[in-house]
Amino acid sequence: MRVCVVGCGAVGSLFAAHLAQLEDVEVWAYDLARDHVDAINRVGLRLSGAGELLSRPRATADASELPPCDFGIVATKAMHTAGAVEATAQVFAQGCVATVQNGLGNEEAIAKHVDRVIRGTTFPAGKLLEPGHVQWDVKGETTLGPFEPKPAPTEEIERLAEAIDRAGMPTKAVPDARGPQWRKVIFNAATNPIGALTGLTHGRVCEDPALRRLVSGLVDEGKAVAAAQGIELDADPEELIDHAAKPEVAYDHKASMLQDVEARRPTEVDYLNGGIVRFGDEHGVETPLNRAIWALVKGLERSW
Amino acid sequence: MRACVVGAGAIGSLFAAHLATVGDVVVLTRRDGHARALNEEGLRVSGRHEFTSRVTATADPRDLPEFDVGIIATKATGLEEAAQSLAGRFATATMMTVQNGLGAEGAMRRHGEWQLVSAVTFMSGTKHSDTHVEYILDTPTWLGPYGDTPFERVQEIAEVLVDSGLKAEALPDLLPAQWSKLIFNATVNGVSALTGLPHDAHFAAEGDDSDLGHLVHQLVDEGKRVAAAAGVELHDDPWEMNVLATKRGSAHYPSMLEDVDARRPTEVELINGALVREAARLGVEAPLHTAVYRLVKAREASYS
Repeated sequence: MRVCVVGCGAVGSLFAAHLAQLEDVEVWAYDLARDHVDAINRVGLRLSGAGELLSRPRATADASELPPCDFGIVATKAMHTAGAVEATAQVFAQGCVATVQNGLGNEEAIAKHVDRVIRGTTFPAGKLLEPGHVQWDVKGETTLGPFEPKPAPTEEIERLAEAIDRAGMPTKAVPDARGPQWRKVIFNAATNPIGALTGLTHGRVCEDPALRRLVSGLVDEGKAVAAAQGIELDADPEELIDHAAKPEVAYDHKASMLQDVEARRPTEVDYLNGGIVRFGDEHGVETPLNRAIWALVKGLERSW
Repeated sequence: MRACVVGAGAIGSLFAAHLATVGDVVVLTRRDGHARALNEEGLRVSGRHEFTSRVTATADPRDLPEFDVGIIATKATGLEEAAQSLAGRFATATMMTVQNGLGAEGAMRRHGEWQLVSAVTFMSGTKHSDTHVEYILDTPTWLGPYGDTPFERVQEIAEVLVDSGLKAEALPDLLPAQWSKLIFNATVNGVSALTGLPHDAHFAAEGDDSDLGHLVHQLVDEGKRVAAAAGVELHDDPWEMNVLATKRGSAHYPSMLEDVDARRPTEVELINGALVREAARLGVEAPLHTAVYRLVKAREASYS
């Protein structure tokens, strides 16, 4: 089996490093950061933190060097999906492409260039420490399922899930992957931008009762949009929010969107709150709070 | 007329310098050095008007001479301290509050039985130093009676302001103007503080779904529903005030934005907090203003 990880940042590196340990899987990492690519080719890809490993995927910043692949795992930031998939689509002409990205709309962007698409959600997280070296912060499950308008065959989804799982990242293939996806989107959309707009860590957002009510208001809108599509959440996002607020979990964690704002990078708000607004509009569900938060974060981006 | 200006920020400095051209003015500052500089150098106005006034200044309220009109021009956050410093004295003086938001008159009343005049000012300036203020927008100050203050007294004060070169108008009922400005400030200052944007064209943009103008418009509409429930017919439409202000060329930096940038306490309680509390008192839903209020409060909490 040949797999190409498209976008080998922190999350992409977790997948590439794990899969590259398997004898029967050849892994390619495609990323535009040349120093990262060079380091991977020179000394390998190293994970430390929640687990230690060093493996040797092949890496390139040039899509024309990629051989035809059975699977793609897209792990770019959501705003780079279209460009990254357009650049690599030819290597997946006979393959299936999964997204493990944040937010809503990635599957649609992939399906513009690829015929067999896998809807995915992953909870592990980390950060790039230096070229070739990723800190693995959080372990967690990955769920894969068909993207309904252009689905990958079930046996292929199961084949990819089995490989990732065997490589050491717990992964399940399911017939409907929207539940975990929406749980994570609702969690992210309700907490990330609040951190970004206030500068508070996740734990401090949650311990301010008035602010926590705003978070719940955002969650409720997301749940209503999910329900209108017939999506059953696999668990209540509120539980995830409260769990993450515990001192031993992620009390001091600065949301990735806050990190983006502090570094003045574009955020994923279009794919989180913007995605909830868009799906809400399509299904006749009002989302005034998500709309407000979306506009505020876009305003913040425009102030730079 | 003998005037005392309490607080020598941009607005206080503009009042003091102009009034000193038609009468005696004493300025109560917070810092000794500020008072000393004013006594030595006078107070320079540039921009719309060009002149330098002689003023007397002190940072010690015990040094204040008798006066006829007190202009309380501190930030809302400094109002309580200002009222305390005048308590028990100047019984024959009329005190005029020009703070943003609601509740300044009540705060003064708790400290003395002075005759009170409510005012809202739309003029703006930038302080370049302790002794130099640039007069930027020469939009008017509106004055109205508070409690049983006779309207004639309000008219007298307005005439003195006009004689001094400022734009001013006495209104029998100030509430319509006060509420117009309250809704305008709660919306514009709150959104500006959260996004980092000065009050510029973004606030009137209603093209794309995520454009800030939609949120600004909805905040204004929500505020108008609160005003209607309070039985107040607005003097000006806050949305039109917003559009007009964004067309003036140079973008204005609302004080709430300057405050969060400098990590200072903001006027959020007297502006956004006042509006949200009025909404709750009147039984009007105000979810968007509530969200902005909570987010700015949380932003303040993030300083420590």
